[in-house]
Amino acid sequence: MNAKLLVRALRDPASIGGCDWPGLISAARAEQLIGSLAFRMEGRPVPARIASIFEAARRDAAYSRTQALWEAEMARRALAPLGVPVILMKGTAFHAADYGACIGRSVGDLDILVPRASLDAVETALLDAGWERMKEAQGYDDVYYRRWMHELPPLIHRTRDRMIDVHHTILPLTARPTPDAEALIADSVELENGLHILAPADIIVHAAAHLFADGDLAGGLRNLWDIDRLLREFIAADPDFRDKLRARARLHQLEPAVARALRLAHRLYATPLEQSDGRSFSLTDRLFEARILARNGWGQEQRKLLRFAFYVRSHWLRMPPLMLARHLWTKATRRPARS
Amino acid sequence: MRHRLDIQIGPVAFRIGSAWKAPLDALERLYSSYPPPEDGLADFTVRLEPEKPWRRFIRPSVAIKGDYVLADAAPLSLAHGLLAAEMGMNLQMALGQKRYLLLHAATVEKDGRALIMTGESGAGKSTLAALLGERGWRLMGDEFALLDMASGDLLPFPRAVSLKNGAIKVMEAEVAADRFGPRLDGTPKGAIRHMRPNETAIARMGEGATPALILFPRFGEAEAVRGVGAAEVFMRLTQASTNYVALGRSGFDALNRLIAANPALAIDYPDTDTAVGLVEDFWQARAA
Amino acid sequence: MAGPLYIADCESAVLTVALDGLSVLFHQPSGMTHIVAPPAPEILAALQAGPADAPELLRRLRVLYDFEGDEAESALHARLVELEAAGLVRRA
Repeated sequence: MNAKLLVRALRDPASIGGCDWPGLISAARAEQLIGSLAFRMEGRPVPARIASIFEAARRDAAYSRTQALWEAEMARRALAPLGVPVILMKGTAFHAADYGACIGRSVGDLDILVPRASLDAVETALLDAGWERMKEAQGYDDVYYRRWMHELPPLIHRTRDRMIDVHHTILPLTARPTPDAEALIADSVELENGLHILAPADIIVHAAAHLFADGDLAGGLRNLWDIDRLLREFIAADPDFRDKLRARARLHQLEPAVARALRLAHRLYATPLEQSDGRSFSLTDRLFEARILARNGWGQEQRKLLRFAFYVRSHWLRMPPLMLARHLWTKATRRPARS
Repeated sequence: MRHRLDIQIGPVAFRIGSAWKAPLDALERLYSSYPPPEDGLADFTVRLEPEKPWRRFIRPSVAIKGDYVLADAAPLSLAHGLLAAEMGMNLQMALGQKRYLLLHAATVEKDGRALIMTGESGAGKSTLAALLGERGWRLMGDEFALLDMASGDLLPFPRAVSLKNGAIKVMEAEVAADRFGPRLDGTPKGAIRHMRPNETAIARMGEGATPALILFPRFGEAEAVRGVGAAEVFMRLTQASTNYVALGRSGFDALNRLIAANPALAIDYPDTDTAVGLVEDFWQARAA
Repeated sequence: MAGPLYIADCESAVLTVALDGLSVLFHQPSGMTHIVAPPAPEILAALQAGPADAPELLRRLRVLYDFEGDEAESALHARLVELEAAGLVRRA
């Protein structure tokens, strides 16, 4: 059993009649999709207990939205005096812009993108406003993180207990594709409150990058659902959107990732594709699909070997082999941390 | 999952999966007279899994998983599998319950009105509630009170009472042996024994009650009573709730209604008989 | 010299319930609940008339309430810092 029931329920809610309800709910909760599912299924005839679960999930999603937008606002207040562009990313951006992708979307951390040159000033301003460094970020890993990653080590707010990730680009510096961070910032869209979000095409490019080049595909079902919802909305608003998306994917050296994301979204969620969107579903695509669907009706992750292969791959992608070797050597020989 | 058991407690149904048969057998015995969920569905799923595949057989180690998990939770031994199942259900409620306002409190009912007892762990409210449940009151729950935000009523959640250390003997003296689970020694909280609520509590677990009195009991002190100011009650109740924050305005309004309508007292008591006496006295006064 | 101008959300954004000497506030934009003591509710009320810097706020509080004493200025400053951290007050 895998997560195909969840995918079908999202793609085509009317097709779900009697089904393994506890299995569907557990898979949705495990994939962080219970809110989205609850909205897709709103108004559908379901057993009373399930209707209750969905209602509570919709309310919870509304609270998640409030929290996400509030974190963005508090970051805005802390960073406004610096006069640098602050670009909201991922779920928070969808809510701030009221994109359809925000419906039922839960949000964990706040992700923002700022110019690399402003990183120190941004971190200082956030620390002054009540955010703190996390305890694990000490010594070697902190140095490594700051030098090579695409973001600062995460900060957590001391009273609100929410994390903020400050990015300066969308992929680690050690990864092969080199997105154009300045273009991301230059072409960002300003919101009423002075915060920014990425341009629509860049949002899709980022989602694809995040899914393939940065992570081990954990959360893939949700990531692809985001892409499906966003793409439909952007195409409806702009007939030239596909061309713009292709152009941006090329600029950021992420054409393969974007193409694969679209093929997978089409495969799972029937996201409309054009002939020109590329090749048919390859063997590698099938492996990706299998990994993304590897969740059963008890909410357990399946296909351990496959997941492990992708986990190794995600580290391989972040670090060229020589660096990986040096990284592992230093980790193995470093002195134990002081308590 | 190899083995499965479905349990309904008050309005909440659990689907519990386990890699081992023994914990579910023990759970089934403990909840033997509870009717299973009518609709065959579940609000939450709990999973008892081996931490690593080989730990299913070699020094079996029971990790508590489910719809909602605590990332760094330590696994339990198979001998404590029943405890793992109970903790799993508590965890789903604490992290996942979003329909009712959850208070970490014991509740008992008489004549349709409910007494809420809340306070720190170990303050004695579980034992007090269990005792009252045998002395003419209906036990609605010893761990979680469910506040229905629309109606203001409390709903029952009469799971097996978790008795610790000294409280075990107190209840063993009051209650028939077949209502107890096995005695589990060496748990992180010392000795634990689970006790099934009585027939009345189980038969009436679909019936809510209107709150009437809020108590903050403290065991092990000389007898004393004081009124508790509304602001202090508000603060202590939010601290006692795992889901207040997530319920937004509904939680705020419901909690204020609860506090406005009901007096609150802090009672200190040296032994449970004194406590029972105090409760009966204040209940009479409240009813008058 | 001009200090920062402070702004509070309009009254409808905050639900207030008075409970024996203290106030519990539900701040709708953040979904957060705060338990506050005087003069915090009074500061929020005084800001309803529009943005104000600390000296102007002090004047408003003296007019509306019995806000007196040598400690008034430093107390006001301390409360403003807390209210700003809680998100109930912000700078213009």
